[in-house]
Amino acid sequence: MAEAEKRHPVTIEINGTRRTFEVESRKLLVHLIRDDLGLTGTHIGCDTSQCGACTVEVDGLATKSCTVLAVMADGASITTIEGVSPAGSALDPVQTAFHEHHALQCGFCTPGMIMSARQLLRAHPDPGHDDIRHGIAGNICRCTGYQNIVRAIESLVAKG
Amino acid sequence: MNATVLHYIGKPLKRREDFKFLTGKGRYVDDIKLPGVLHMAIARSPHAHAIIRNVDLGAAKAAPGVRLALAGRDLEGKIGPIVPNWIMPGTKVPFRPVVAIDRVRFVGECVALVVAETLAQAYDAVGLIDVDYEVLPAVVDEEAAIAADAPQLHDNVPGNITTIYKVRGGDYAKAAVDADQVVKLRVVNNRLIPTCMETRSVVAHPDPDGTLTVYMPSQVPHMHRRWIAETVGIPEHLLRVVAPDIGGGFGAKMHLYPEELLCPHLARELGAPVKWWESRSESHQSTSHGRAHTENIEVAIKNDGTILGLKVETLGNVGAYLSNMASGGPTVNTVNFGTGNYRIANYEATSRVVVTNTVPVDAYRGYGRPEGAYIAERAIDVVARHLNLDQVEIRRKNFIQPADFPYRPYGGMAVIYDSGNYQGLLDKALAAFNYDARRNERETLRRNGIYRGIGVAAYTHMCGMAPSRRLASIGFDRGGWESARVAIDSSGRATVYSGSMSQGHGHVTSLSQIAADVLQIPIENIDVIQGDTRQVQAGHGTFNSRSMAVGGSSLHVCSQRIIAKAKKIAAGMLEVDERDVTYAAGQFSVPGTDIAPLTFGKVARMAYVGHKLPDGVAPGLDETEFYDPIGMSAPSGVHLAYVEVDPETGIVDIIDYVAVDDVGTLINPLLAAGQIHGGVVQGIAQALYEEVSYDPDNGQLLTGSLLDYAVPRAEHVPDITSLFQETPSPTNPIGVKGIGESGSIAAPPCMVHAVLDALSPFGIRHLDMPLTPPRIWAAVQNARNGAGQ
Repeated sequence: MAEAEKRHPVTIEINGTRRTFEVESRKLLVHLIRDDLGLTGTHIGCDTSQCGACTVEVDGLATKSCTVLAVMADGASITTIEGVSPAGSALDPVQTAFHEHHALQCGFCTPGMIMSARQLLRAHPDPGHDDIRHGIAGNICRCTGYQNIVRAIESLVAKG
Repeated sequence: MNATVLHYIGKPLKRREDFKFLTGKGRYVDDIKLPGVLHMAIARSPHAHAIIRNVDLGAAKAAPGVRLALAGRDLEGKIGPIVPNWIMPGTKVPFRPVVAIDRVRFVGECVALVVAETLAQAYDAVGLIDVDYEVLPAVVDEEAAIAADAPQLHDNVPGNITTIYKVRGGDYAKAAVDADQVVKLRVVNNRLIPTCMETRSVVAHPDPDGTLTVYMPSQVPHMHRRWIAETVGIPEHLLRVVAPDIGGGFGAKMHLYPEELLCPHLARELGAPVKWWESRSESHQSTSHGRAHTENIEVAIKNDGTILGLKVETLGNVGAYLSNMASGGPTVNTVNFGTGNYRIANYEATSRVVVTNTVPVDAYRGYGRPEGAYIAERAIDVVARHLNLDQVEIRRKNFIQPADFPYRPYGGMAVIYDSGNYQGLLDKALAAFNYDARRNERETLRRNGIYRGIGVAAYTHMCGMAPSRRLASIGFDRGGWESARVAIDSSGRATVYSGSMSQGHGHVTSLSQIAADVLQIPIENIDVIQGDTRQVQAGHGTFNSRSMAVGGSSLHVCSQRIIAKAKKIAAGMLEVDERDVTYAAGQFSVPGTDIAPLTFGKVARMAYVGHKLPDGVAPGLDETEFYDPIGMSAPSGVHLAYVEVDPETGIVDIIDYVAVDDVGTLINPLLAAGQIHGGVVQGIAQALYEEVSYDPDNGQLLTGSLLDYAVPRAEHVPDITSLFQETPSPTNPIGVKGIGESGSIAAPPCMVHAVLDALSPFGIRHLDMPLTPPRIWAAVQNARNGAGQ
């Protein structure tokens, strides 16, 4: 068996639940999330880590899950879009702001964009307009022209 | 009862469909997980042009998990060929097998495939396929491809030209003689990659009852059902196409691609679901590209800025084969619109559709109209600079006037602009832009060595190709109608089945706004179903900015039919003549009497209980409309941009962008502005950032991933001021016009004009898109070194 196909045990905490998997050496974290866990809110939009559609939180830090091998996530705590507002709970303020400001159209980039927006607001409590545009530059949106995404994030800054 | 009249049309309602997307519950094709699904992977040509001597599948077939490996020869006579849906008269159609048989003509063309139990196994096995190629000379550029000694792609396409299309109006030759001057210009409309954030994907699932279900992100589900049925050989009624949530389309998801034929065929052969998912890098070499034109323009002018005539020679590069609509884009969609918003009586245009060793080029947001508007706008801007006239005043002078509508440009029959008021657009845009102050500021700063520029662009075009019978003359093998069904349940709630297909447009919201206004029921009581050919009766889908004007109108008419029938039922219930019943604010009443009104819900219930139906009225409250428009709507707009260019670095800073668009009656201003924002940014991307590059010597795709192809990010684009003027379209009952393509049509010339205005002190008259820093910097250097432009 090729090294790439060798399997390794990986234990992660995913949206608050601890899970263990046997994964191939070559498996990316995004594939573990989508295929093994069935959490399809995390999307794949490219193959060069450019688009940010696969952004999740790894130990509280927004991370493109296509840049991490699943084995590297062993022991990590991961939050995906499904864990941002679990069933029955209220939407996260970022999610609400995206709705209020029409910050999504096709919705494909939205989960990753929300993860990056949350990261921005955690790392930078009072970002200006340019800080916001720079802060989400790792995520490509092809529909909105970004303007309403920026507005949505700004609305959260204004609220303090 | 104090009933209230409900008004939804025109309200900036937040989207009803947002919740699932915000919480990760959107369902795209790649999210569909079927048990026992097999995975297809494609071996693609690494050469732009080559003869296939041999395909050795032995090692691939023996690889772990592989269920099947095939080359083009194995499929010959079984499925295909791929035939365009739009074939302009006189077009020579190249033969296109689903998988290349003996020759490849672009980097990325399918040469073989593998089906395996996992995607990783399929990719591994594709790497084991050994193809023996004899490499041939390749040509990627449209001007090079029509040279006498150019490599020839297809035996039946001599000179690499599939189609020659001519438009004539007035007498250009005479205009050129009468003119004070003739100004000439050559412009390149750069090749683009549409870049939907969701790549294409197909899952074909053979159901036990004999139906084949194909999940795919289709802008045109019913069209895909027909094309797949005809090309694979499946009875259409046994094929179900399901388009779930779609991660953007922009025109790229409305053509017929090999993978959309292979998965259905292989699923039937293997008796198992077969899935294909396109990686981003694969997408760059397999999903259609956009634009890719070169135009030579002549403008016959008087020295006062009057335009007497325009002559255009277009070369439209369509890649290696004629994709679905490819012969229509560079022809009627481009040169028919070459005179833009201007009264130009004498027009002469010739378009040649050219094949090259590149990815097929087809519709991308605006398809032809961005190219047409770029011709008109670059022409008038160059004339303004040439005569040293004001960019704004020359447009005002030559604009079609409000009293001219409906207007047939250059006296032709093909194009009718139904309505508009360009002067109003211009005035509104100038005011919002603070034009006079900005112009003064620009002059002041220029004296200080700061180079700012103002760009102006106007556009108009036509949306919702129709009526059906007119499409025959241009060889467009589909109708111009759209269908809608409104099914009212016994509680008075509505389900709308629409043939339009949202790819992020927000149709659940906008279509229910239309239905709610006519039905006078709360919008929460309306559901919208799209994208399933087993649920939706028929349709043409979403392209050409047609959904509101055609799909929305269909729904409007259909909803009126519901009310017409409900009135009959109400009359039976109230025991009055139908003509005495009026419907308003959700109540059926008999004015001038003391008869208690009936609610819509009560009438709906009676429609199904059926006890008190008048003679001749069938039970049920469920209507279907096939709506064929009387004509097309013509949106228009004026956009203004303000930029600063650093001549030392070539970097463009966009300071402001104002878009004033006339898309007729606005259904939802919030969503409309969203369409403008997104479209303008795609247009800015064409003007400043994006360009597909091919190596001219060997035809290798150099922008093969998102590492190399410069899709703009949030920090690369400005805030846009989006304003509207509402001149209702007389072509449909709502007065709505198309909107989706406006931004990507207007922004490229607007941005180019702004940058060229900033560079005008250097004497630079023209640069081709994209206006990247190196291109601008080089132009400034040349100008400073006295080379000029």
